[in-house]
Amino acid sequence: MSSTYVGTLELAAGAVLLSSVMTLWRRGVGSLVSMLRLQGLALAVVAIDLGAHERDRALLVTGGLVLIVKGLVVPALLRRVARRDPGSRESNPRVNVPSSLVFAAALTVLSYVVGTRIAALAPGVATDLAPLGLATVLVGYFMLVTRRRAVSKIVGLLLVDNGIALMTFLLTSGVPLIVELGSTLDVLLVVVVLQFLMVSMGRHSRTERLTEMKALHD
Amino acid sequence: MGVTSWYAWASTLLQVAAVAVGGPLLMGLMAKVKARSEGRVGAPVVQPLRDLRKLLGKERLHARHSSVVLALAPMVILASTAMAVAISPLVSTRPLLSTSGDILVIVYLLLTGSAAAALGGLDVATAFGGMGASRAMTIGALAEPALLVAVIAMSIQSRTSNLGGIVSATLAHPDWVLGPSRLLALGALVIVVIAETGRIPVDNPATHLELTMIHEAMVLEYAGPELAVTSLGEAMRLGLLFSLVANLIVPWGIATRPTALALVAGVVFLGLKAAAVALGVALIEVRSAKLRLFRLPELLAGGFVLSVLAVVTGLVAR
Repeated sequence: MSSTYVGTLELAAGAVLLSSVMTLWRRGVGSLVSMLRLQGLALAVVAIDLGAHERDRALLVTGGLVLIVKGLVVPALLRRVARRDPGSRESNPRVNVPSSLVFAAALTVLSYVVGTRIAALAPGVATDLAPLGLATVLVGYFMLVTRRRAVSKIVGLLLVDNGIALMTFLLTSGVPLIVELGSTLDVLLVVVVLQFLMVSMGRHSRTERLTEMKALHD
Repeated sequence: MGVTSWYAWASTLLQVAAVAVGGPLLMGLMAKVKARSEGRVGAPVVQPLRDLRKLLGKERLHARHSSVVLALAPMVILASTAMAVAISPLVSTRPLLSTSGDILVIVYLLLTGSAAAALGGLDVATAFGGMGASRAMTIGALAEPALLVAVIAMSIQSRTSNLGGIVSATLAHPDWVLGPSRLLALGALVIVVIAETGRIPVDNPATHLELTMIHEAMVLEYAGPELAVTSLGEAMRLGLLFSLVANLIVPWGIATRPTALALVAGVVFLGLKAAAVALGVALIEVRSAKLRLFRLPELLAGGFVLSVLAVVTGLVAR
């Protein structure tokens, strides 16, 4: 039972990091959203696995919540945005794709160097995996900074949030349910608001590239 | 000592023979799978072997301004690949010289072959040869770091960079196979192997269109027996890489005890596993279009990043 727990935890935490790097790799909005869904599901698996291992009912509930919000609802919302503009791709990121992949590798190594120091404070199977969460946060910030389209920026924001969630699960076995509930619903709200923003942006200026918006309209 | 040396010799000879016959058969199998999935009947699976026999019976022809490099390159390709096959853990975990079956040795043996192919392409100084050589070297230079780092990820787990050691350690710890580090390294290896064997997202082995061909451009000047030797070398390289990937993912079936039965079973399992990998690569080929040359660094950087992630998760999840 114990080795299944460890194996599942490692695999799911690895999947969270892998999917965040894949969002830098793929250009199409559709595959971006698929990666985000994979990440949400993997995050839910982490929470449920930890909750089942530590017999923590609150963590199990959190896991279910993550599964519904980050694994199903948020990707479905983003999928609707993608459907409005099916052929859209991240055509011209500020840092080109091969370089951003190398940056992602460097950020991962950095978070390993930093994160293992943090994890060494309380060694354990779960805390040792915390650098993966840190790496996901850093990759998310990188995406926020370098990508130009609004969808990509939302995805970057969600990566940051997922990375923070992964770190809290792994380091503290989850914050109190009420905090997790608040932050998850917050993210949902942010996605909804940003989606409205994008729709109105598209209606007004026919572009979703934030850098092209230089003048104010009435 | 007597028993083990008999066993080492037998497994080495079996490996070289199996890959020399199996490599062309794998190519034939992939061509057949592609043909079938496109609704054609396709050439028989043994067609590459027949082509080799036909080419060997032809006369040797050299271009007028060619030097000794053109004549030597096929031999170097074949010899370096055969050497790499001989010392890798394919049929058994302990072939001859297996103590030097280090991943670095094998990577550089393969690299010797690619360098020889590029020199052969450059020798006659045709435009196509030079173009193909330059492209092949570019892709090789991008693929090689990914390959090295991916294998480093595997050697972190098993505490050895000897391929036989990695395979034996995996046999002893079957739970490693589904670990995140191993899966990421596997993804990187698949990308590298597709790049190194020149299959579809990277190169199209079936085209002679001047703008897109890479490997075919390098061997354009070869004819007759020398073309046969070069193609055999390339087929063996494909066989070696597919078998290595298969044995690193699913090591079961490889001979670990010095008995004749284990060796025979090793050959059979190697054939099945390599055929499964070939099937997978053929399906990737069917489903994807060739990438533009300038998009290739993206794919290979992806492979590199996967292998770095494999190393980091391997270090984190100890």
